[in-house]
Amino acid sequence: MELELSVSLFYLLLLGFAILMYVLLDGFDLGMGILYPWFNSDAEHDHLMRSVAHVWDGNETWLVFGGVILFGAFPAAYAAIASTFYLPIVLMLIGLIFRGVAFEYRFKSDTSKKYWNSAFAIGSSLAAFCQGLMLGTLVQGVPTDFIDQSSFSWLSPFSLFCGLAVMAGYALLACCYLVMKSRGELQHKAARYGQRLVLIVMLSMLLVSLWTVWIEPEIRARWFGGWHALWLIPLPLLSVLAARLLFRDLGRVNRSHKAETAVQERHEERPFWLASGLFLLAFVGLLVSVFPYLLPRQLTYLEAAAPDSSLMFMLPGIFIFLPLICAYTLWGYKIFAGKIEDYQEGY
Amino acid sequence: MELDVSILSRLQFAFTVSFHIIFPSITIGLATLIAIWEGLWLKTGNPQYLQLAKFWIKPFAITFGMGVVSGIVLSYEFGTNFSKFSEMAGAVIGPLMAYEVLTAFFLEAGFLGVMLFGWQRVSARMHFFATVTVAVGTWISAFWIIAANSWMQTPQGHQFVDGKFEVVSWMEVIFNPSMPYRFFHMLLAAFITATFVVMATHAWYLRKGQHIDFGRKGLSMTLWIALVLTPLQAWVGDLHGLNVKEHQPVKLAAMEGIWAEKEANVPLLLFALPDMKAEKNHYEVAVPGLASLILTHSWDGELQGLKSVPAADRPNVPMVFFSFRVMVGIGMLMIGVALLGAYLRWRGTLYQSNWFLWPVSFMAPTGIIAVLAGWYVVEIGRQPWIIYGLVRTSEVVSPLPAERVLFSLTLFVLTYSLLFAVYLYFMRKLIKKGPAPVDHLQQQRIGVKASGYALSFTKTLATDAETSNSPATDPKGAN
Repeated sequence: MELELSVSLFYLLLLGFAILMYVLLDGFDLGMGILYPWFNSDAEHDHLMRSVAHVWDGNETWLVFGGVILFGAFPAAYAAIASTFYLPIVLMLIGLIFRGVAFEYRFKSDTSKKYWNSAFAIGSSLAAFCQGLMLGTLVQGVPTDFIDQSSFSWLSPFSLFCGLAVMAGYALLACCYLVMKSRGELQHKAARYGQRLVLIVMLSMLLVSLWTVWIEPEIRARWFGGWHALWLIPLPLLSVLAARLLFRDLGRVNRSHKAETAVQERHEERPFWLASGLFLLAFVGLLVSVFPYLLPRQLTYLEAAAPDSSLMFMLPGIFIFLPLICAYTLWGYKIFAGKIEDYQEGY
Repeated sequence: MELDVSILSRLQFAFTVSFHIIFPSITIGLATLIAIWEGLWLKTGNPQYLQLAKFWIKPFAITFGMGVVSGIVLSYEFGTNFSKFSEMAGAVIGPLMAYEVLTAFFLEAGFLGVMLFGWQRVSARMHFFATVTVAVGTWISAFWIIAANSWMQTPQGHQFVDGKFEVVSWMEVIFNPSMPYRFFHMLLAAFITATFVVMATHAWYLRKGQHIDFGRKGLSMTLWIALVLTPLQAWVGDLHGLNVKEHQPVKLAAMEGIWAEKEANVPLLLFALPDMKAEKNHYEVAVPGLASLILTHSWDGELQGLKSVPAADRPNVPMVFFSFRVMVGIGMLMIGVALLGAYLRWRGTLYQSNWFLWPVSFMAPTGIIAVLAGWYVVEIGRQPWIIYGLVRTSEVVSPLPAERVLFSLTLFVLTYSLLFAVYLYFMRKLIKKGPAPVDHLQQQRIGVKASGYALSFTKTLATDAETSNSPATDPKGAN
């Protein structure tokens, strides 16, 4: 029993890791599509696409990984979640299809470029929005009669708001990534939008936190019952600190592009790590709220766990291949380190 | 008419998985071909090989992209449309797919970026390594997904506890009776599919009198490959058939159109119209005793027929029967083309024989059609079971409102039709554009186009920026 408990817990943490990796990595690359309408020229669009063209495929693989870990380790939860969220998942997939193929076709198109621009922007935004929608519904909880899967439980003001909030978060990640990968006017623009997005994201996080605490008594008890608040207070405090630093860093990059201001110490890579930290903190906060449920108030990770024979079988694969995956993914990023150059490279 | 959610979910899965398999069938083989060409270029320094690799990497990239996006759909569709199956068999299928992601998907995606965009960022050897890794990744991916699918065809190594499957022996689950045959059959099918896509394109160039040297090199290589692989495939296919006879006799009966409970001296049907109501065939054109000979290695060997099981346990016979004939027919045609090509080569008239090049230039989709037909035999032939002999497909569909599945099915049909048209348009565009000239590619080893150039460029840029702190110079002239 002791063993079983810890192995399922390991898979829950692994699932969390997969989701976090997905959100951070595909976050900045979906965010590129969300930001797209705020950049106008062909050259800017080229730059945005080129900055993620070599990694989007790998980034999306984390979504598949999360899906199959859920499938393999928690089949009951995979079945319940996937069929409950039928429409948001289908729409997310359609969005991912259009934005994914846009990478290939846009660079090879002449007359149809404008359609691929829209496919990329709309597809990315739709996918991000659906992910936020599902996240919001999971936090809020699915009604107990969820067996009747015809219900539209994922359609609520709260989940819709979460959809928009996730879009803003991804756009912020994309801005920070652009600050790291570009220079000149584009970097200036990214920093400027990034500053605004920091404010929007922080406001959304505050609103979502208050909203959940207000509508869900269980989550309220989790955060404010007993001495909990004392242990959990670092989460919001660190978030505010990270956001403050992030805002300042982006502000400095922003000002350095205005000729008259004196050059201060600029951080071009730190904003991305700060934004990632912000996501990590929000994610930990989310775990605090929903643990031990995979489908809140319905199905815990222990109830949904696959038999030991399956959990143990996957362990060697995870311990051997996951470190390797992280190593060569990192290597891939290093190969393309530095600013994106505006000349045709590659195949 | 009442909409049936079970039929709609199955239609949707069939449609999305059929669409998906087109692309991996091409990329598994094409990645391997590109790796071979790149390796030959490194070994011989002959720029013609680089030309082949550099040209085919473009169709490869768009095909791979289509495969990725249509594949993500499938990894979620088990849960969205077949939730009871996912819950019931998730402990068996899920870990196999997890291994596919861990050992193949990440590998492909991780090295694809370098393969496509890294020409100037890594050394030529490192690039070759990336290409080989992508190719090997596609094979590994095929291994796991075939293992999962084969377990559904010939399940073993499991026990049934509280309405769910649990694994007793993973070795038995993975290396189930049909798995080795089906893995090699599919891998060969993918190699052959890509071989004929390339062959047809190069035959087209020769017929048009464009890119003559390029056209000859590609046609020659692919004809050699086809000469080895197509007969090999016929042999593996035959072994696979014997395996089906042993483990899925009803599927075999549907493939061969055998109705009687037991039949000896079974004829090989070249054509027939199987009639499921009357439980017999119309308009048979048959070679007496040949099916018995092929499947039992004796003229009067006995085979089990469809009537050995109740009508409710039989698959849709005409669909299996005709799909099988389409697959075998295309296979025979391919063997014929490979042999004829070898004969013309021996005569020394291969590149001038327009009567041969002309039909070959239309054979690009034949491999894909054969792959689809083969999968229809496998999957429709397994029905009404989702896990052969154990679980019926109709029992494990998600309890969704039919309208919702109709909506998503419509959405997929529209999206995929549009994308397929776009895919064909861009494939045509790339092929019409043709390869980059050889002397242009010669520069691949010198100056700004050389391997590793961009990486060293960025490095000097970084040191320049540190010393002068000035905005970097615009490298637009680099191309």
